[in-house]
Amino acid sequence: MTSTTVAPPSGNQPERPPGEGRARRRGRGRGGPPGKPLDHGAWFLVLPALIPILILSVGPLVYGVSLAFTDSQAGRTEPTQWIGALNFRDLAQDTLFWDSFGIGLVWAVGVTVPQFALALGLALLLDQKLRLRWLARALAIIPWAMPEVVVGIMWRLVYNPDAGILNETLRDLGLGEGRDWLTGLATALPAVIVVGIWAGLPTTTVALLAGLQNTPHELHEAAALDGAGPWRRFRTVTWPAIRPVVLAITALNFIWNVNSFALVYVLTGGGPGGRTRLPMLFAYEEAFRYGQFGYAAAMSCVMVAVISVMLALYLVGRLKGGDER
Amino acid sequence: MIRTSRAGRAGQYLALLGYLVFLAFPFLWLISTAFKPARELGSLHPTWIPRDPTLANFRQAFDEQPLLQAAGNSLAAAAGAALICVAIATPMAYVMARHRTRLTTAATGWVVVSQAFPFVLVIIPLFLVLRNLRMINSLSGLVLVYVVWSLPFALWMLAGYVRAVPGELEEAAAVDGAGRVRTLLSVVAPLLAPGIAATALFAFITAWNEFFFALVLLKTPEKQTLPVVLTHFLGAEGVADLGPLAAAAFLATLPSLVVFALIQRRITGGMAAGAVKA
Repeated sequence: MTSTTVAPPSGNQPERPPGEGRARRRGRGRGGPPGKPLDHGAWFLVLPALIPILILSVGPLVYGVSLAFTDSQAGRTEPTQWIGALNFRDLAQDTLFWDSFGIGLVWAVGVTVPQFALALGLALLLDQKLRLRWLARALAIIPWAMPEVVVGIMWRLVYNPDAGILNETLRDLGLGEGRDWLTGLATALPAVIVVGIWAGLPTTTVALLAGLQNTPHELHEAAALDGAGPWRRFRTVTWPAIRPVVLAITALNFIWNVNSFALVYVLTGGGPGGRTRLPMLFAYEEAFRYGQFGYAAAMSCVMVAVISVMLALYLVGRLKGGDER
Repeated sequence: MIRTSRAGRAGQYLALLGYLVFLAFPFLWLISTAFKPARELGSLHPTWIPRDPTLANFRQAFDEQPLLQAAGNSLAAAAGAALICVAIATPMAYVMARHRTRLTTAATGWVVVSQAFPFVLVIIPLFLVLRNLRMINSLSGLVLVYVVWSLPFALWMLAGYVRAVPGELEEAAAVDGAGRVRTLLSVVAPLLAPGIAATALFAFITAWNEFFFALVLLKTPEKQTLPVVLTHFLGAEGVADLGPLAAAAFLATLPSLVVFALIQRRITGGMAAGAVKA
């Protein structure tokens, strides 16, 4: 979702549902009594959603993995053949792909980490009883609800070398003539990363704020009475309380950022010289510009596999780290 | 209460101000650019407030690209997807909330996993499947994809709403002799209505904003949705006519902003509940 919206997540960015908290108190949720088994009536209720899920979500996923082992191409007349792991062997040699993969990692980490830090700062501020909180809430809608394509267009206007506000501000401040941010070899990737951070800030902030508002207030006051300063209170009271939320949102952000496409597609189209060609863009071009479906599917498989392993390591590592503290 | 020193407070407001500026300035710049005449856009010293505000960019935007048609396509795809999505998700969400079997566990698992869905991996097979069904370059194919795409979130959200409806109500209805369908339609559905509306609106925005699937699946300009048509303003090698581009982008955002403002509280409330649970 997109995402959001959602999600969307998107966007495109998919978000979380309401009512969970209430539901648990009613005793119908996880801790509730075991439900009745599915009867015919229940199947009748499930099937309208289940069939599309199987055909258009689970099916394509399996099909996609199997495509990676074929020589499937667009617009070819002879039948597609199984070629075993040939795609993967080619991929191992494909330096362009690994360059792109590296850029993808820099992008995903470069967006996720500062996004988390900034969002935590904003969430802590919003958790204070400050004025203007309503304004922050209203402004947060903008990056959140906006189509990713518009976010990209908007920042292109900001970065525009002549008519953009960034260079004009730099000129006003006497910081030089500014530059063409999105086409400079050195500046393109950092410039798109800033946009990525901006776009995901509200979602992350809201999640963290929810975690903060869930921390026991009495503990804070007790710690303050015992003479703990703000940093100490944050470390000993706040952080342990929001840890689960932090884990969940950083992991999700990482995934969403890896899957990000529209932003960079609009901002730079992968240029200059492939400096911002995220693996998503690479796979898209391979599949829909050059028609190499099998090869692109293999790429996607590798991406998914590597990302899954990294995430698993991150989550396991973090959970263990929690025990030691 | 924990007291913050005056200097600390000032620092906090300063930081908050920084955030507000960071969040708002690109959007303000978009609006500013949208109302600037071409002459000002060409000048080397752009200003925040247009010296000579004009609507010419909007007119030119409508002349250059089939924006109305694209908006119509977007509206059809998003509304169709949202309606179908809640129509099929609500019954399933009900079962997921009320029953606990292997199937509902698997469905819940799928909902969670699909948050991390590698859609590079899905788009190629989806493209091939839809091509075999002759649904490439058709809005109905796109609607199908959007329905499945918004299902996980819709299921999650709706299951939460169903759990908030006391089961005793349904038992009472059953005692009074109402059949299952009757119970669902006249007891559960009215209570769920606000939740269903919020879910549908969220699915609507998700689809309205979506770009990737639309880019891959829609080939001809008269079928394309608004985000895809917007990219046509960018032209080859990123040479863009800034004014009309900004004007069109601004217009395309308005529906999302309005709808999102309507449901923001529900969504953030939902995120809060979900995040705390996680």
